[in-house]
Amino acid sequence: MELFQYPYMQRALIGALVIGLAAPALGIYLVQRRLALIGDGVGHVALTGVGAGLLLNRSPVLVAVIAATIGAIAIEIVRSRGRTSGDLALALLFYGGIAGGVLLVGLSDATSANLNAYLFGSLTTISPADLTTIAVLGAAILVTMIALRPALFAVSHDEEYAQVSGLPVRTLNLLIAVATAVTVTIAMRAVGVLLISALMVVPVATAQQVTRGFRSTMAAAMALGFFAAGTGVWVAATADTAPGASVVLVAIASFLVVAVAGAVWRVVRRRTAPTAAPTPEPHEVVLS
Amino acid sequence: MTSPVITVEHGVVGYDGRPVLRDISLTVTAGEVVAILGANGSGKSTLIRAVLGLVPISAGSVTLFDRPLRRFRQWARIGYVPQRLGAGGGVPATVREVVASGRLARRGVLRPPGRADRSAVDAALRAVGLADRAGDPVSTLSGGQQQRTLIARALAGQPELLVLDEPTAGVDAASQEAFAGALRDFVADGGTVLLVAHELGPLRPVISRAVVVHEGRIAHDGAVPDPAGHHAEPDHDHVHPHCYDEPAGLWSN
Repeated sequence: MELFQYPYMQRALIGALVIGLAAPALGIYLVQRRLALIGDGVGHVALTGVGAGLLLNRSPVLVAVIAATIGAIAIEIVRSRGRTSGDLALALLFYGGIAGGVLLVGLSDATSANLNAYLFGSLTTISPADLTTIAVLGAAILVTMIALRPALFAVSHDEEYAQVSGLPVRTLNLLIAVATAVTVTIAMRAVGVLLISALMVVPVATAQQVTRGFRSTMAAAMALGFFAAGTGVWVAATADTAPGASVVLVAIASFLVVAVAGAVWRVVRRRTAPTAAPTPEPHEVVLS
Repeated sequence: MTSPVITVEHGVVGYDGRPVLRDISLTVTAGEVVAILGANGSGKSTLIRAVLGLVPISAGSVTLFDRPLRRFRQWARIGYVPQRLGAGGGVPATVREVVASGRLARRGVLRPPGRADRSAVDAALRAVGLADRAGDPVSTLSGGQQQRTLIARALAGQPELLVLDEPTAGVDAASQEAFAGALRDFVADGGTVLLVAHELGPLRPVISRAVVVHEGRIAHDGAVPDPAGHHAEPDHDHVHPHCYDEPAGLWSN
């Protein structure tokens, strides 16, 4: 525990906790619209931004936010057009993004350690300025996702109905795209480009095994993300493991625990309370 | 003289250059209950989607409540009931949460729900007989109950016009009756209805006018036509099965 006396560890912990809360709050909408892996794609594009930032001697995170936003908006445009070639367009964007990133990082003076920091996260190198960025942007994501929940739920649940309700569907979709880009870039410092989707999606997947409604799923997913971030950083500090990977593995372990516990609970409930057989619906036709 | 709620004049809709609707003209006035009938692929669903602006018309015009569709903004006056509920990527949502979406047209994006919203959602759930299932995930409901959830969502917005796409397709008999009752109450309160149907069933007494679409044109506009063939048999109860039998010989030779 004494490790947490060091300011860099405190910053790592706070940064991870903010991301642990914000990533699932956005991720639930992505899961709902079957775009669970979009964070991964946007992360790939963000890497090109990192490379460009390193090459141009600008803040890699800032350039990454811009690149990821452009990428996310491009993906949203492809998605909303609904063309059959959409997944190919996405593949081009994803692999173009990561190849561009690797190429640009290689051209700059950065070492492979720098590249690794963005690919797999580098919580312990978060500077006070980084932490401010993470906290402000993370809070903005959280507030937006919670305050606009009814509208974002409607648009993610049934886009055509939302359109006939007169909701600004295009604006809300772009909002989710931009929020994805921002979340990816701030989470990049914590878990890295290659593991970002895990923090957005795994807590939601865990929560929805036991919840009944959207609001409760969102609350439970945020609690799980917060727990995974805190526990992951603690495990990393005590066992000297990679923080990003530790956070993600804690999240996946929670998923497995809940899945197994849920299955056991269902078996036990069936054995102990043999409820009446489900009542059949009345017959609709009479078969002679 | 009652005012027209929906006016379509010489509407043409095509997908990828293939015409689906050719020269459709249709007027629905306040208080009417109009059923659009037609075979599968006749373009009847496309017609209501064009009325709502979900598919663009390539020629002609659509007017809603005396406003051209392009400039129409009072979406709270319309309640739309799609054919079925999307699966939503597996994230659970309660019946109440889905129905509450129906208030957004009235409330807007930024205002949090208030007491009026909650009581409208309660009333809509009661109208379709789902008040006791409000807290259940929609995925645990039967097909007919899910359809009633969508009708409750439209009713929650307290619209003047209901537009329904095949509201009774694949719906069990009990839900069809519940739906017909909800529709009767809506019409009794002065509502206007435009619905697409393959088969009218228990809705038949509620319908004031039928429009038959055939190969992209209106083939009949007036009284509800009598059913033909085996549909005309007095005790014919046309309820679609929930799923079809697996074709024989799929795994055997």
